Amino acid sequence: MIPTFQDYLNVAPIIIVSATALLEIVFQIIFKGFKKYVNIFSILGLLISIYFAIINFDKVSMSFSNMVFSGKYASFFEILFCIIGILTILQSSTIQKYYSINKIEYNVLILISIVGMMVMSAGADLISIFIGLEIMSICFYVLAGFARNQIIANEASLKYFLLGAFATGFLLYGIALIYGTVGTTNIIKIAQHYPIALSLDLHLLGLILLLIGLAFKVALVPFHMWQPDVYEGAITNVSGLMASGGKTAAFASFLLIFSIPLAAGNNNLIEIVSVLAALSMIVGNIFGLVQQNIKRMLAYSSIAHTGYILVGIIATNNFGNHGALFYLVVYSITSVGAFGVASILENEFGKNLNINDYSGLSQKNKFLAFAMSVFMFSLIGIPPFAGFVGKYYLFAAAIQRDLTWLVILGVLTSIVSLYYYLRLIVYMYFRDPENQNNIIVTNDFKIAISFSTIVVILFGIYPSSLFSVIRYIFNIY
Amino acid sequence: MVNYINYTSLILIFPLIGFLINGVFGSKLKSEKLIGSISVLGVSIPFFISSLILIQMLSSNIDERLYIVNLFSWIDVGSLKINVSYLIDELSIIMTLIVTGVGALIHIYAIGYMHGDKSFWRFFAYLNLFIFAMLNLVLADNFLLMFLGWEGVGLCSYLLIGFWYDRNFDKSTTADAAKKAFIVNRIGDFGFLIALFLIFTNFGSLEFVDVITQASVLQSGDELLTAITLLLFLGATGKSAQIPLFVWLPDAMAGPTPVSALIHAATMVTAGVYLLARTSAIFILAPFTMNVVAIIGITTAIFAGTIGLVQNDIKKVLAYSTISQLGYMFLACGVGAFSAAIFHLMTHAFFKALLFLAAGSVIHALHHEQDIYKMGGLKKYLPITFFTFLIAALAISGIPPLSGFFSKDEILYKAFSFGSFWYWFFGFIGAGLTTLYMMRLVYLTFYGNENFDDSIKPHESPKVMTIPLIVLAILSAIGGLIGIPHALGGTNYFEEFLEPVFKTSNSQLPFVFENITTEYLLMALSVAISICAIWYARNLFLQNLKKSELIKNKFSSAHNILVNKYFVDEFYEKIFINPIKKLSDSFLWKWFDIKIIDGLINNSAKFIQYLSSVLVKVQTGVTENYVQIFVLGVTLILLKIIL
Repeated sequence: MIPTFQDYLNVAPIIIVSATALLEIVFQIIFKGFKKYVNIFSILGLLISIYFAIINFDKVSMSFSNMVFSGKYASFFEILFCIIGILTILQSSTIQKYYSINKIEYNVLILISIVGMMVMSAGADLISIFIGLEIMSICFYVLAGFARNQIIANEASLKYFLLGAFATGFLLYGIALIYGTVGTTNIIKIAQHYPIALSLDLHLLGLILLLIGLAFKVALVPFHMWQPDVYEGAITNVSGLMASGGKTAAFASFLLIFSIPLAAGNNNLIEIVSVLAALSMIVGNIFGLVQQNIKRMLAYSSIAHTGYILVGIIATNNFGNHGALFYLVVYSITSVGAFGVASILENEFGKNLNINDYSGLSQKNKFLAFAMSVFMFSLIGIPPFAGFVGKYYLFAAAIQRDLTWLVILGVLTSIVSLYYYLRLIVYMYFRDPENQNNIIVTNDFKIAISFSTIVVILFGIYPSSLFSVIRYIFNIY
Repeated sequence: MVNYINYTSLILIFPLIGFLINGVFGSKLKSEKLIGSISVLGVSIPFFISSLILIQMLSSNIDERLYIVNLFSWIDVGSLKINVSYLIDELSIIMTLIVTGVGALIHIYAIGYMHGDKSFWRFFAYLNLFIFAMLNLVLADNFLLMFLGWEGVGLCSYLLIGFWYDRNFDKSTTADAAKKAFIVNRIGDFGFLIALFLIFTNFGSLEFVDVITQASVLQSGDELLTAITLLLFLGATGKSAQIPLFVWLPDAMAGPTPVSALIHAATMVTAGVYLLARTSAIFILAPFTMNVVAIIGITTAIFAGTIGLVQNDIKKVLAYSTISQLGYMFLACGVGAFSAAIFHLMTHAFFKALLFLAAGSVIHALHHEQDIYKMGGLKKYLPITFFTFLIAALAISGIPPLSGFFSKDEILYKAFSFGSFWYWFFGFIGAGLTTLYMMRLVYLTFYGNENFDDSIKPHESPKVMTIPLIVLAILSAIGGLIGIPHALGGTNYFEEFLEPVFKTSNSQLPFVFENITTEYLLMALSVAISICAIWYARNLFLQNLKKSELIKNKFSSAHNILVNKYFVDEFYEKIFINPIKKLSDSFLWKWFDIKIIDGLINNSAKFIQYLSSVLVKVQTGVTENYVQIFVLGVTLILLKIIL
């Protein structure tokens, strides 16, 4: 079938971000002084993309021979990824001064990884989801090693690539088995074969292998091992992008693919996913306890949060789906912000990332300390911050679905996590500063962090603003 | 025509903005005038808007005067749906006008009173926050939002009582007084909260309109309603300082005087009365509770009135007077005369705020002297203060045609016709007591010898303080004219206006034939006792001070009991506080908390920490190991499917 103009219009957000990235490469060659304007240019591209996503918001349709969705669900995530991208670029403005990195390449890679995320969340076909995943992953492999004169960065990049390639094998094999059993890779058409297809062992095996591939991307235990090393080795803002955008995109595809088979009530599948969620909550939080490096701590915290979100998704009821989307938004914004604050303190690659370096931050810079505290409180799930509302919904959903044991585990591990989140706040507010490192906060950075802080507080006090949007999305999908 | 209801949200936003500006930037704003003006605007703009709403309400049909303004959904989980939405009706608009109107005057006064204080901005930030919370309390359309305001005013009260945290108060500190207020209020709040749980579990909603509709189907005397109303009333006794929880209010005088006027006289302490009025349709179905309310009210009125007779601190006398007057309002509620209670609430807000502010002016002039035996003869130095104080004192004494006469008289008449002779009788005695202790203040402070230090040259307060006094004096004088009883040939506009709000509760009242002769008689008697009390006070405290000493000595044991406030504080200390302290000290703290709770937590924390330090060794950093663990995971999952 020949694509129509409407098809292109439907995926306009994706096209615009891609075009922005490509133009930047071209402009780099043509204009000498383009380096100065590259951040603004990227942000403009992302803003225009948001504009088109909003235009497409109301009409749900499939384009390019049923390969991609657009509208509602897809638009929601497109907007989210663009916001994450803008925040990441704004926050990176400070570190770009310190590192001798190629600003334009950095921007291009971030933009293309966002294209990948968008395709993942809009995928109506296993193949398009796979393509999105690879676009995103390859950018991440490169970004992980972007501080290329650092051994730790090189190591992170290579590790991520090797393990990623390994996991992709499982993913593809899973897709192949699914195609083999039902004769299609289109998500909607596959769903028509349920629940009969679920009784086919090979189909179930295909789903499981697909699950393992995605579990690697969202870092579910025991497929999480790469994450602390990669987050530590990558430039801090890139870690933030991976933790927020990368994880959210993988979850968006996860919801697209698995919400139907999970809802069909296949016990094997539900039990496996529940155990993965439980392990993630336990391992993430317990390993987080002893971390001294702030980036590693956030990496383990990210693993734990993967577990929480999965608890909501397993519930497969309205509460769970809405809660998961809410939590994804909140967690993304929070972790971008938290990594952002870490990036500001780290004025030389890998320095000042120890928890001791946060001693007395409240005396040195009230704004950063306050923002970081808000993020930490939200990650713990303390009202009135948004994390509380999200967690509440996820756990309430699981109780409705009689998964009380997961909720008890979630609450207990949350208590454990209290220790390492609060420890950071204690260091920031109740200790005297130890070292005299200069903190330079640019205006771009201030805008980004203020935005994240406000969002976290706003959605905590007034969650229905976001929930009404989420409810609207699920009206159709 | 503009629909002013649409601006309801502004009523709440302005005080909040005032609080935020002064709270966040206050320490940087150098000008007291600027801070004060921001704060005053934060209260007076809402007053202006609510006046417009009142005017609009008056021009619309009687059955179209109830509006619900829904701002946003606050909590929406399962069957619990709570909106941040506001109920505008006759009752809430009156309360809003009192809170913002009297509030604005007190804000203006405070600019002068707090002049030069090192934490000027903090004071005004708290005041605005208080107004915000109080408006949430009176405007909320559901119990939970009301509770938010209820707790908010409690917090502000705590912050403001302890505002001068470095000063001493009585034998302890202002911080202790603040804590006392907070803790005693917790007991009442506990009752309120349990009532909310009961309401939600039984009616499945917390919205006033919903709950009242559902409750009105139930039988009068239903046990559930009795329980709910008793618990709500426990909450009211905490906030409105009634027996048994009144002990915090006298200590609350540790706060700056404008605070005593605004929070501990005119507005916050009347929240309990408002709560009863708002839920009158439920209370009327619980006759047992109504009796309890009336008895507690009248007992408190007499009890606090007698203590007020012998206190020497000008603010403490006023505090006990407040408790006593609140007792009258509860008496009115208890006999079902809710509109009379609200009427008295309003006039009381005028004259009691005025009394406090005038007392503040005296204290200001005498450099923070509060003992009335160290005052005297201030009439010629502080003419405006004296004159306004006198008007307020006469108003509270029920001298016609000042406002207190109409409102108190209505309560006494209703107590007689709906309640019993004894309610009226004790109320009548209480009225005499009120006049006696008020005139004692007047004579000892403004007449007689100058007992203050020679070094003090008292002078009248600045205009910013006297103008609010004058405005309040006018209100205290004529505020009662909107509720002239039929017996005097007038029309009780106030009662008519509130009629729709109390329609349900009024319909449950016994029909009483209006007996004009009785009404005249009661009125004459209460005026007579007031005049006698004035004469007696003049005799004792102006002309013949020795005689009062004589009486004091003759009844020294009784006097001793009164001076020590019936030893209630000591009683509570012995019966409740000490045993709890002992139990906490020996068992709950040293054994249960340290050994069991701390032990459990510390040891499990140690265990997890240990576990963590061991397990973390799995993270070797070697890629092969990572792949091995990955494959192990895959194998286990596949085994799970196969088996």
